[in-house]
Amino acid sequence: MKKWFPYIKPYIFYFIAGPLCMIIEVIGEVLMPKFLANIIDYGTGRTDIGEASDIIKKIYEIAGDKSPFIIAIMCAMIITALLMMAGGIGGAYFGAKAAVNFAADLRADLFKKVQHFSFANIDKFSTGSIVTRLTNDVTQMQNFINMLLRMCLRAPGMLIGGLIMAIIVSPSLTATLSIAIPILVIFIIIFMKIGLPRFTRMQTRIDALNSTVQESVTNIRVVKSFVRESFEKSKFSKAVANLKESGLKAMNVIILMIPAATLGMNIIIISIFWFGGNMLIKGTMTTGSLTAFTTYITQILTSLVMVAGMMVFMSRAMASAKRIKEILEEQPDINDDGVTGEDAERMIENGEIEFRNVSFRYYKDSPEKVLDSINLKIEAGETVGIIGTTGSGKSTLVSLIARLYDPDEGEVLIDGRDVKDYKLFNLREGIGFVLQKNLLFSGTIKDNLRWGNMNADDEELKKYASYAQADSFISQFNEGYDTVIEKGGNNVSGGQKQRLCIARALLKRPKILILDDSTSAVDTATESRIRESFANELKGSTKIIIAQRISSVRDADKIIVLVDGKISGTTGTHDELMKTNEEYREIYYSQNDRKEVG
Amino acid sequence: MARSLEELQKRYNKAAVETRRRGPGPGGRRNREAHGKPKNIGKTIGRLWTYVAKYKYLLFVVLLCMLISTVTALIGSYIMRPIINTVADPSTPANERLEYLGHILLVLAGVFAVGVVSNYFQQRIMVKVSFSASEALRNDLFDKLEGLPLRYFDSESTGGIMSRFTNDIDNIDMMLNSTLTQLVSGTITLIGTFCFMIYTSRWLTLVTVAFVPLLLKSGQFIAKRSSKYYSSQQAAIGAVNGYIEETVTGQKVVKVFNYEKNCVEEFDELNHDMRSKQFGAQFWGGLMGPVLGNTTQICYAVTAGVGGLLCLFGRFDVGGMSIFANYSRQFSQPINAISQQTSTVFAALAGAERVFSVMDAVPENVADVVKYTPEEIEGYVELKDVSFGYIEGKTVLKHLSLKAEPGKKTAFVGSTGAGKTTITNLINRFYDINEGEITVDGVNIKDYDRSFLRQNIAMVLQDTHLFTGTVMENIRYGRPDATDEEVIDAAKTASAHSFIMRLANGYQTVIEGDGSNLSQGQRQLLNIARAAVSKAPILVLDEATSSVDTRTEKHIEHGMDRLMKNRTTFIIAHRLSTVRDADSIKVLEAGEIIEEGSHDELLARGGRYYELYTGLKELD
Repeated sequence: MKKWFPYIKPYIFYFIAGPLCMIIEVIGEVLMPKFLANIIDYGTGRTDIGEASDIIKKIYEIAGDKSPFIIAIMCAMIITALLMMAGGIGGAYFGAKAAVNFAADLRADLFKKVQHFSFANIDKFSTGSIVTRLTNDVTQMQNFINMLLRMCLRAPGMLIGGLIMAIIVSPSLTATLSIAIPILVIFIIIFMKIGLPRFTRMQTRIDALNSTVQESVTNIRVVKSFVRESFEKSKFSKAVANLKESGLKAMNVIILMIPAATLGMNIIIISIFWFGGNMLIKGTMTTGSLTAFTTYITQILTSLVMVAGMMVFMSRAMASAKRIKEILEEQPDINDDGVTGEDAERMIENGEIEFRNVSFRYYKDSPEKVLDSINLKIEAGETVGIIGTTGSGKSTLVSLIARLYDPDEGEVLIDGRDVKDYKLFNLREGIGFVLQKNLLFSGTIKDNLRWGNMNADDEELKKYASYAQADSFISQFNEGYDTVIEKGGNNVSGGQKQRLCIARALLKRPKILILDDSTSAVDTATESRIRESFANELKGSTKIIIAQRISSVRDADKIIVLVDGKISGTTGTHDELMKTNEEYREIYYSQNDRKEVG
Repeated sequence: MARSLEELQKRYNKAAVETRRRGPGPGGRRNREAHGKPKNIGKTIGRLWTYVAKYKYLLFVVLLCMLISTVTALIGSYIMRPIINTVADPSTPANERLEYLGHILLVLAGVFAVGVVSNYFQQRIMVKVSFSASEALRNDLFDKLEGLPLRYFDSESTGGIMSRFTNDIDNIDMMLNSTLTQLVSGTITLIGTFCFMIYTSRWLTLVTVAFVPLLLKSGQFIAKRSSKYYSSQQAAIGAVNGYIEETVTGQKVVKVFNYEKNCVEEFDELNHDMRSKQFGAQFWGGLMGPVLGNTTQICYAVTAGVGGLLCLFGRFDVGGMSIFANYSRQFSQPINAISQQTSTVFAALAGAERVFSVMDAVPENVADVVKYTPEEIEGYVELKDVSFGYIEGKTVLKHLSLKAEPGKKTAFVGSTGAGKTTITNLINRFYDINEGEITVDGVNIKDYDRSFLRQNIAMVLQDTHLFTGTVMENIRYGRPDATDEEVIDAAKTASAHSFIMRLANGYQTVIEGDGSNLSQGQRQLLNIARAAVSKAPILVLDEATSSVDTRTEKHIEHGMDRLMKNRTTFIIAHRLSTVRDADSIKVLEAGEIIEEGSHDELLARGGRYYELYTGLKELD
């Protein structure tokens, strides 16, 4: 509960006003049958006015006669109804205000929180699950709050109000309820206990069905090329049959529950008629009272059903709340906690990097290390090439520099200081990172490039784009730098995308530039021009280049070969490694014939 | 420099449409989208009817049950009148009154019992009918879908197809299951109540009827507002969700560019807009209940007053008045229900229309005439002057001719869009050609049975796709009757055996959701194994080893040679080292073969292939 209070507090007025408005409606609802009973009893003259309560007597006195009395009560009823409507509208207004604002604040906070997540945090939840939590689950809570504010007093209020009025009207008749209601409640609980798990099961079957469809649709080429349509059909119809079976099981509960509840209500009504009728005959109850009493009983029973419905809703909302809370409570495991005092201002000055005995694994319980005791020193301004097979740990190694992950053992130092001594913002500000999995965002080319420097003007954008050899093709687009990049960057070619991503990173004017296999789709001629501009324009920056092609790292000051998370053999220039590093030679020959080409 | 709200919404709404809609989670049904209006209601209902037609007698029973249970409920509330009038009448002796009360309550018990029983059967039958109908509908839709040509899948997004299965069928399901019965029973209740009202008191009925236009008008007014806000809310939700999805997916980029603050700012803007839109939708949506409900309360008040006066002047009885007051209170319930359910019905009908439009799409084998049914295929493939375009007027392949034979490797090289993949798509008839002829073993491929043809072409596709299931099952997908030994043998051929053995449960390891627990390279090896197990004489490798690094590729070369031996092989590769030892390399540019020959021949020629190979030209 404490978790939710910050989202309630700013809107506390709505949270209180909503239920208060609903109280007006409830009170009205409870009073209306009582008014009617007065008309029946005293207005039509069936019962002597002497037996009425003081207020009613007073009204009668003022009215003077039966017909003005009836009209007076009617007016009171109309006014009550109008007040009730006002209350209802107010309830809808405040309920919606409270729920929507609560949800919007919560969503904003969750989003902010996720922005601070490390990748270990994100991996823990998975991207898809985070998205659902931020969208579906928040909506679920919002709907629940809206309903809660409008119903939480209404249903129990009606229940209690009805009960009180029923007791006032006739305590002895109400006693019949004391047997009936517990039985009804037990009934509802039992059915919910049996029913809810069945509905949950049905939901998982629905999910299973959906993933079957999705898989079949995305894999349609495979299905068709291996002629497995009939296999897919039978798989699908099995999933449908499963869904039907569990759906029927769940519905069976409802099918039984509704008539059973009706039966229970019917029995209560009959017994009330029986006892009430008896009292009527004996003269211990007035006609109006019996009418009012039956109305109260119906009110009580319907509100019981409403409360049951609320419980179902609540259990769903609680599941969502739990999932949201998990995000709110997740501690970002990479943070600025270790940074104190003067460290807070420290920026990367030179770009000298050192790995000291660094080991890393993605999952704490996995036996194999992704990086194993890496020791490596990169001087400021140096160009370093990293080469190695898929899965050898190249990307992981460079992620540690920007603290996308923290090493399990050892330390990574920049300019002689542990990366943990820099504020994350300052650290990453000094690093230009072109990721292997390049991503451009929905927006124009300009928008995307400005990620590197929010305040860059057009001239600057053009300058850095031309360093990355991107200006030439951007200028050819009809809209130039205002060309809209579609989701996932599907409207530019792979090579163009990579060059845009490089330009974006260059705009940061970083001290350390990391290119993770980010020129694989660029032709070698263009690539060498890009490298040329690195050499000319980023003289002082340290450059780390991960590549598949030997040609991409050939000119590097130092080349490192990674095998299974370890640095294999010697490090040095291309020519040195060709002489001293067996692994490197093998890679070289896998790409080039033994006789040199080109 | 955060972007403007308008701009953001434009971008992310579009993106959100593309975003695959996941199945409705708990409560997902509540947020049904108000997709357009149905266009041809009569026809759609007619087609839906065919799914329930075989249950028409059962449906008749349901109708009967509904009628009975509604009438019993009405009688139940009417019983008050004789009780009050007779039982409370002091002029009759007490014992007679008691006897009368016993009598009438016995009748009531009987009526209630009938009501409960008919209610039970109504539900029971309806659930059975609706579940069977939606099962048939789902199966029909899926069966149809599997038979559609690839062109269909090209033009529809996965999300779009998925929402036929989730949203649309869910809506139909709901309509059959509950909406329809509520609508019918609501109507019956309305008519029944009205009849009872007229029977009880014509004057008071007039009072109630006077309120009906008010109820309808205010209902319409609110419904109109709320649907307006609802659709703008939908758009705002789309934008917010699209934004969340993109930034969470791209978290790495966000982090390395220190862009968190900017993202939060942009998000806040979208979120803020959503706040006001959602408020409108929730407020107006929540208004219907109190406004309609309390209008009836006013009606109840007027009825009580007028009824009281009528009683006072002896024109009406107290029992009648008390039940009438209850009737007038209940009167708005069916009106409320009907006005709410009609929108559900329209949503369901619009969904049904979309479902039927999928079913009406022309399946790929509709015009097939099988003229030639050989036992097996040898693998001689020939393209004669083939021209083809995915979209009319945009030719991808121009007058292309080539020959391939068993045991020979044909490689295609060229930039994206040059038509490499298209050629292989034509051979297995994923698409049919516009001009020219393709023959296999000298026979036009259109004369083969489509399935038979495809069974004889094993494809390893550019995008690796795996199915949820074990490794064994995934490889066996290539040929269902392959033995375990054959599967393992195929895995060895594809050099996948060693990594499979290192997985937690070897061949029985379950691959989850498209193999995200495997690396891209490993997935490609499994795809190769799947093709290897199929034993098809024609093999297509479309970027089959693009994610396998060059050294591993060297290692699997041996296995690949075994795989390609005696088969007609087509290789498409970006990486030129992969195609080096093909028998014939075709360099494609803009749908035409501009150079062909062996690696050495092409290098010696010093043309485009030479430029590509030496890295002078960009491929992508």
